[in-house]
Amino acid sequence: MADLIAADDVLLFVNAAITSTGQREFHSGAEEQGLSLGFLHRYLLVNYRDLYAATLALDINDHNAALIVRNLLVTAAEADAEQRRAEGRLIARRLELLPPQRVYALFRELRRARVNNRRTRAIMRDWLAARPDPAFDAVKYRGAVKDAVRHAHLRPDGELGPFLFAFRRPAAYTTPILETWRRAHYDQTALYALPYTVAEGFAAKHRIPRAAFLERIAPRLTRLERLRLQESARERGAGAVRADLTTMPLTRLASYVLGLSLDERARRRGELTEALRASARRTAGDQAGRWGRVVAVLDDSFSAYGSGTKRRRPLAVALACHFLLEALAADYTPLWLSGRDDALLVHPYGATPLGERVLDGLDLGPDRLVIVSDGWDNAPPGLAGEVLRVWRTRLDPGHTCGVVHLNPVYDADGFDVRRLTPVVPTAGIRDAEDLVALTELARFAEGRTGLPELRAHLDRRVAAFLGEDT
Amino acid sequence: MIEPAGLTTRPAQVWGGVRLVPLVRETPIEDLRLDVRLHDADFGVVAVDARTDYWSYIPHGYVATWGDDAPAAAYGTQLLSPAERTRTPDRMALRFHRRMARRVAKNRLRFLPLHLALEGYLALHFGGPEIAWREWSHRAISHGLSPRVEEAYTGAVVRGLDDALRVFEIHAGQCGVLLYVADALASAFVVPRPADYRALHGTLLLDLYGELIYHYAMLSMPVPDFGARIADANVRSLADLRAEAARQREEWTAFHDEVMAGGLLGADYTYEHVYELGPYRLSRFLPPFERRRDNHIGELITDESGQVAYLKTFRLSENQVRRGHLLTVLAANDWSLPGTAAALGVTEPELGRRIENAGFGHLLRQDVRDHYRARRSHAG
Repeated sequence: MADLIAADDVLLFVNAAITSTGQREFHSGAEEQGLSLGFLHRYLLVNYRDLYAATLALDINDHNAALIVRNLLVTAAEADAEQRRAEGRLIARRLELLPPQRVYALFRELRRARVNNRRTRAIMRDWLAARPDPAFDAVKYRGAVKDAVRHAHLRPDGELGPFLFAFRRPAAYTTPILETWRRAHYDQTALYALPYTVAEGFAAKHRIPRAAFLERIAPRLTRLERLRLQESARERGAGAVRADLTTMPLTRLASYVLGLSLDERARRRGELTEALRASARRTAGDQAGRWGRVVAVLDDSFSAYGSGTKRRRPLAVALACHFLLEALAADYTPLWLSGRDDALLVHPYGATPLGERVLDGLDLGPDRLVIVSDGWDNAPPGLAGEVLRVWRTRLDPGHTCGVVHLNPVYDADGFDVRRLTPVVPTAGIRDAEDLVALTELARFAEGRTGLPELRAHLDRRVAAFLGEDT
Repeated sequence: MIEPAGLTTRPAQVWGGVRLVPLVRETPIEDLRLDVRLHDADFGVVAVDARTDYWSYIPHGYVATWGDDAPAAAYGTQLLSPAERTRTPDRMALRFHRRMARRVAKNRLRFLPLHLALEGYLALHFGGPEIAWREWSHRAISHGLSPRVEEAYTGAVVRGLDDALRVFEIHAGQCGVLLYVADALASAFVVPRPADYRALHGTLLLDLYGELIYHYAMLSMPVPDFGARIADANVRSLADLRAEAARQREEWTAFHDEVMAGGLLGADYTYEHVYELGPYRLSRFLPPFERRRDNHIGELITDESGQVAYLKTFRLSENQVRRGHLLTVLAANDWSLPGTAAALGVTEPELGRRIENAGFGHLLRQDVRDHYRARRSHAG
């Protein structure tokens, strides 16, 4: 019994760590999300420290990964030697995967929390030593690097020391990027050789018109900066900023598409569909076409709008899942809640008649039924749950049709993603790219597998994560 | 009776203590629409073809800049024919403080601040004594019930209403909503077209709600959802399952219309026809002022067949019902005190006390009040 509870707790936490980013959602505010998430972290850390650390190996989101690392380092004294060794490796591996700005933010957070044990310093030192281009980091994340270096008692080599702590002293640098940075203070042409975020500040200082600036900085933009800036650059007539949509991650791309107006989407239908399909094919990899007959019930009700901070995120996940499932399935039928059948033109509007659409889906007799929804079934409330329960218990007890519910929204009040019914597994989802792995994890949520199986699964994931042989 | 013909009840959406029941119209009424000036000014909706014939309406208390200078509030809901589409509606100029005026400049729609609208509602109904019985004070004869003050709360202070309206998912084709707080029907709101509803959904927060609703919202626990329940035993195939699901919806609709909205739909209203225009008729209605049940005042636009095109109601609190009851009985008996006392089955001094308790003491002459008081203490 205790085992089952433990397994439940861990799954609860994993769902939260995948979906919640502590930001405002459609139904709850940022504080509620933060408080609720903070409680879960605390609870798991105190009760199942090793499992808590092991979740770093799963596809949890960056916000939660940083929180876990922070919490582990803050409470380092509570761990024994063995645990510390395991945690240290997990943390180091996870930090390698996190985007550098997240890691620097985490280091600053540790500094604010006055965590400066030997282990923390060693982790910071190793991570900084492994950075491919310290000078580039020093320019791009200057304040953060300075804080990290200071906090970890490091002695940066070469010109980095003067650059960080006494930048007015040298008359010139020999490291090219540092020298460019120095020149950019007075030379307008120099700033175009700097990273975009740094150059932006210099452009403002030199009063360079935005359009001209975007036009010339275009080659220095990162992939996501390019995607983000594309529309505003186009409006200003800076045509050089053009993202290659086919190389974008699927969910980001879906978010971008949903950010366009309906007219624009209709006009660029071919291009956008092709980009989404290409991205989905790449994500599906060798699984493509191997899922048999798939029906998806996709939520485009008003609540899929998300919030002002996570704009259209739930809908973007649904749209990305749509294209991914299309690539995975041999025979695929999408059912949007609104009844629309043009996926490219979806927008969040209307109620959530999930029950009816699930019935429509089951009518088609698929091998798999995938439901992507925030779980706020309201027309009528709870019908989807009832339909699935009766279907599972009376009509399909043999599991001929696998049903899985993927939920992109963390429900702060319930400390979990909202479930439709206990008989159907529900998994949190952040990026559609994780869909395949999540459907595997979701089977634990059916409550039939206990802690030993879950532990074994986690051990496998941890081993794979750390790059060991199982 | 209000006949909600053409409107279908859909499953309610619950948030905390607030339950919103959407009403969906199968066929929207296209030839009656929200005044186009409002649409243009506030919602940026593309104007309809000028040749299209339609009648327009302006809800009571709607604040906008009507062609002339300063922003003004529409006074009483109004119907405009196609020909007078440019006519400036009856209105009441508003004086804003400096800060308000700046917000007005943004051309945002807004309803009247608090009790002005409610006062309007009640003042429209009650004119004061028509026969100068000697008991009534000089002021009552010359000024009627004026000044007549009623208080209400704006939706913004009704706890949980803002969130409930924010997270509410508007149905396709939705033309109205019934708003329950702690399962007491607070307000009904129906418009002719889904586009109008979408435009006005947010204004429910600027509306007025009675004291009862305010307190219910403050004290109520979250109300339960009417979740679907399917009995396993009846289901042998997917078709059975579908039939059961459909039955769930029908049961809810029937239950809601009979039980939850019964107080609004079933009551005997007194209608006052204000205006007729084309096929449409604007009326205000008063409830029977029966105690211990819900009493709603409101305004209504119906077409020839009696179909509700526009409806807006306000739920009176218990005290307001008592006052309304007293005034209607007085009016029914031509404001004669002995007659009214007999109709109510009380003595004249008792009636005098009721009038005083209802806040209408100033309508009686001072010597009459003193006389009643002396007779009461003598009797007691």
